[in-house]
Formats: sequence, structure tokens, C-alpha cells
Amino acid sequence: MEKRFDVLDHTADIGIIAYGTDIRQLFSNAALGLFSLITDLEGIEEKLNLSLKVKSEDREGLLVAWLNELIYVFDARHLLIRRCDIDNLTHTQLRATCHGENFDPAKHRIKRGIKAATYHMLKVNKNAEGYRAQVILDI
Amino acid sequence: MARWQGQLIKVDDYRWKIPQDYKAGMRVPGLIYASQEMLESMLEEQTPEQVANVAFLPGIVGYSMAMPDIHWGYGFPIGGVAATTVKEGVVSPGGVGYDINCGVRLLRTDLSEAEVRPRIEELVNELFTNVPSGLGSEGKIRVNQREMERLMVEGARWAVKRGLGREEDLDVTEENGCLAGADPGKISDRATKRGTPQAGTLGSGNHFLEVQVVKKVFDSRAADAMGITEAGQVLVLIHTGSRGFGHQVCTDHLRVMEQAVSKYGISLPDRQLACAPIESPEGRDYLAAMACAANYAWTNRQCIAHWVRESFSQVFGKGPDKLGMKQVYDVAHNIAKIEEHTVDGRRVKVCVHRKGATRSFPAGHKDIPECYREVGQPVLVPGDMGRRSFVAVGTQKAMSETFGSTCHGAGRMMSRGAAKRRIKGADVIRDLKDRGITVKTGSIFDLAEEASQAYKDISEVMEVVHQVGISRKVAMAVPMGVIKG
Repeated sequence: MEKRFDVLDHTADIGIIAYGTDIRQLFSNAALGLFSLITDLEGIEEKLNLSLKVKSEDREGLLVAWLNELIYVFDARHLLIRRCDIDNLTHTQLRATCHGENFDPAKHRIKRGIKAATYHMLKVNKNAEGYRAQVILDI
Repeated sequence: MARWQGQLIKVDDYRWKIPQDYKAGMRVPGLIYASQEMLESMLEEQTPEQVANVAFLPGIVGYSMAMPDIHWGYGFPIGGVAATTVKEGVVSPGGVGYDINCGVRLLRTDLSEAEVRPRIEELVNELFTNVPSGLGSEGKIRVNQREMERLMVEGARWAVKRGLGREEDLDVTEENGCLAGADPGKISDRATKRGTPQAGTLGSGNHFLEVQVVKKVFDSRAADAMGITEAGQVLVLIHTGSRGFGHQVCTDHLRVMEQAVSKYGISLPDRQLACAPIESPEGRDYLAAMACAANYAWTNRQCIAHWVRESFSQVFGKGPDKLGMKQVYDVAHNIAKIEEHTVDGRRVKVCVHRKGATRSFPAGHKDIPECYREVGQPVLVPGDMGRRSFVAVGTQKAMSETFGSTCHGAGRMMSRGAAKRRIKGADVIRDLKDRGITVKTGSIFDLAEEASQAYKDISEVMEVVHQVGISRKVAMAVPMGVIKG
């Protein structure tokens, strides 16, 4: 399988670099990168679906809003996500169906909490191979 | 990351200036407090660039300042201080950070190391059981929507009214544990949903609860005023903030500020510095919401302090009064405060952003408690998990130079990934054990990220602020037992 994401090392915080052949895959992989920092993705089963809608002013802002939505989903609703289908995506809006399960302390090892996705050093680029996005997270 | 290539002018051994013409758009120069040695790691990290970027904020006065514990943040550096005038300036949520009113509270006891050390395992276990910590932990207090709104407005008093702590704790808490202007109407449902179950929890990451023993007293008069009398005395330090509630408040308002930036025609070098005029609806809304989160954090530390007292009573079989468990002080490390300062010889109302910085008000200041009026406001500076923490006091020099601010901690030196590659959690526990420190944590995975080696030496940081005179050392303590979320 092609590389989906990398973890970016930053003194105070952690970031993710997500890859995608198209922009939908990029957003989907960024979500997986985020959850891989919270727990081991392999340990999450697909037991339930969750529909999410996010809006922002531009594409970079949308990526931050998307990740912040997922951070909220974990922190307030205690859901862990292992796969996301991006159903609809424009420059400023996203609709997705996420698959995962409820956090179970007996089953899932939580590696760390994530406070938020930031706008700091935020980048979404396109090159010959596809898309690449960089987001710094505050942990 | 490439070494920073910008211009730095040496002012004296501990102060370095970034000239205003370093970058077009800087409204004031930058000023970094550091020793030559510390400066090296800052240059490697490019941190001065962030100090220069903060100087772009409309209405900033004096300097964009960096304390010696500064490290690379997002937008604002951590360890940054910036004052903007209320009349013409902006407020920037990034200048406060996601963990609004992350801060520390210090309790003193009459217990000695000789009495506590034989029972430290038992005490640490008791504390770990009584103080909810770790990820996904939920509080022991149940709060409904209406109570949550009261908590946001009343701050630490909300807890005291419910029997968690005492009136006199409020006297020795910055702002008496309640920042004015809190408006729950400016809080999103999401922030409330995230925050309600987490009220009264320690959290995870760099947050901790430490049983310490005093090693050295530098200033006996100031120490006396704090009830710190001699080496060997046991103290308790609580380090936590506003949990998911504060994070969501920051996230929500940064989005609003993103739009405000174009609405008010503000030009910034980094999106994360997003801000709005203090006197605009967006600015006022943020400050009202930030006050709610600050009050939540004070409530949090108030509840935890109460459970700490209960745990000690349980283990030592005496009430908190008999154990002399009085609160020394509670300070915020991440906050924006409207204060009056002298700028170019005139008294001006400014918004002081302290992001990883501590208020450091001098003796005689009207905003510090009566009991400290003669010695200065206590400044609480935790080090990393394995080394030492300091108690200091505020000074007049801080008032005239740094808008009444000083450092807040050790400051990271190593990224979390690098720490984890080089250090193992189990080794950290063994190493601490060898040095007489008992640790209990919910996540051993996290532990390596917070190992001593990942941080600057707090003693060097304290030496700089002490020599420069923006705070004065009072006492130093080392940990004996640590609870890490």
C-alpha cells in the first residue's frame, strides 16, 4: 500500500504529514494519521458509523476544522475512528462517513491526548505524485 | 530545521535584542532573556523568528519578549510575553494557548521528609486513587449544564461553596480564583460538552501532581511569609489547566479570529497569530470566553487541592489543619490579563499575553494578597518531573521591564518523538526510583516524553531571571512522589 501519512516531530508538539493521490484521500489519511497518534489503528474495530459535516473558509482551514472535529469526537464522545469515507468535498465544505467504535479502556491503549489541530506551519501542496498536507497538533 | 540567521544585538549577558527593522511589519523590537548557552539552542530551533512574528501584532508596546524557558510553539513561542494597548491593540488566542490558565498551585505542610518518606508509596497510591487523572478520566464531581455555567462565572469559589477547600484558599489565588467578565453565553455547546465531564481532573501530558521536599531556602523572609521554613519540609505542587474545555474555547475562537483578521485588515506572518481588536465584538467575546476557561482551571486546581488534603489526612491520620496544609499560592501560566502598566512614562491599560509565563508583581502591589504585600507575589516555577522546582517572588524590575512577568518552567529541549526514541518509560521509572522518587502514572507510554532529558535545566532558567531581577529566588524543592496523568 502507498504511504498514507508520516509523523512530524516538533519540539513542543507533534504534527502529521498526510499523503493522497487526490484531495479526498488526503483528508481521509490525515484523519487516520490523527487517530494513529491517539491509539493503534489496528486495535479499532469498525462497529459503528458516524456522519460528519465540516465547513471552513478555505482548503487549509477546512483541514484544520476537520481534524478539530475528529478531536472533539474523541474527547467528548469517546469514539475512535479507523476509516473515513469522504463523501463530498469542496474547497470549503466536507461531508464524511467515519467508521470505528466506542473507546473501551480495557481494549484500547491511549497513547496521548490531543488538544487541537493548529494553523501553525499549515500546508497543503500538490506535486506530480499527488497531494501532501502538513498540520501541527498541540498535545 | 536550519539555524536562525536573523540579527541579534547583545544588550548584556542575559538580554538579546531583535531590531525592529529585522523584518518589515514588526511594530516593536524583540527581546530575549537568555544566557549565551541557552541562546544557542534557541537559534537552532528558530525560536527568535516567532518572537519577531509576535511583534507584528497591532497595538503591541515595549518589546515582544521571550523568557529564558522559551521554546518553539505555534504562532507565539512558549515563554512569550506581549502587551497590547486596550485602546488600539488586539487580543490573540494564540498568545494564551489552548490550555487556558494552565497553571500551578502550591500547598505547604508541617510534615517533614523523615515522616513522609517511609510512607511515600502509600501516599502516592492514595493520591492516585483520589485525584482523577489520565486520558478519558472523568471527574468525581457531577456537574449539570446550569452548574457548569455557575462554575464558569464563579471560578474556584464555586468549589469552595461546595465544601471543596476553604475561603482562605481564594485569598492566595491569582485573581482570587475568579477572572471577571466571564460570560457563559460566549461558550459553545461543544466546549461545554467537552468540559463538563472533565471538571476536577488532572489530565495527562505534562500535567502532574508532586509531593516535594524543600532542599534550599534562598530568601528566608519571603519563605517565612509563605510558611516555608526549612530544608526537609514537605510541599505539594499541582500542575494542571482547563482540560478539553479550554482547548475547545481556543479552537472555537481562533476560527472567529481567522475571519476577524481580514475583516479588520490585519496583516500577520503566521495564521496561528490570528487576533482581533480588544475593543471589537470578536475580541470582547474571546476575553469573556477565556475568563470562563480560566475560572474552570482555577476550580479544577481547587478541587484537586481538596482531594490532596483528604489523601494526606487518610494516610497520616490527622486533619489537614493538624498537618498545616495551607495553600501558598496559585498562579496562571497561560493567560491574557487587562492590567495597568507604565509605557514611555505614561500609565496605560494593556492586555498582557502570558503564554508560558508567570505574573511577577512586586511587594506593595495592590493586586497581591495582604500576606505577601511586603515580600512580593509568589512565583511558582515547576521544573521537569525528575529534577527540581522553584518558588520565587515578583519584583519591581519585572514591573518596569516585562509587564510584571517572568519565566514559567524548564522549557522543552527535545521533541516528544526524540525523547521516546532515546528514552524508555520503564527506564524513567527505574531512574527516578534510584533517585528516591516514586512515580505513578496512567500511561507509561507518555512518561518518556516527559523525562528530564527532554527539558532544559530549570536551575539555569531561574538563574537568568534572578540575575536580570525580574523575579527573586526564594526556595528550591525536589520531588519525592509524582502522579502523572
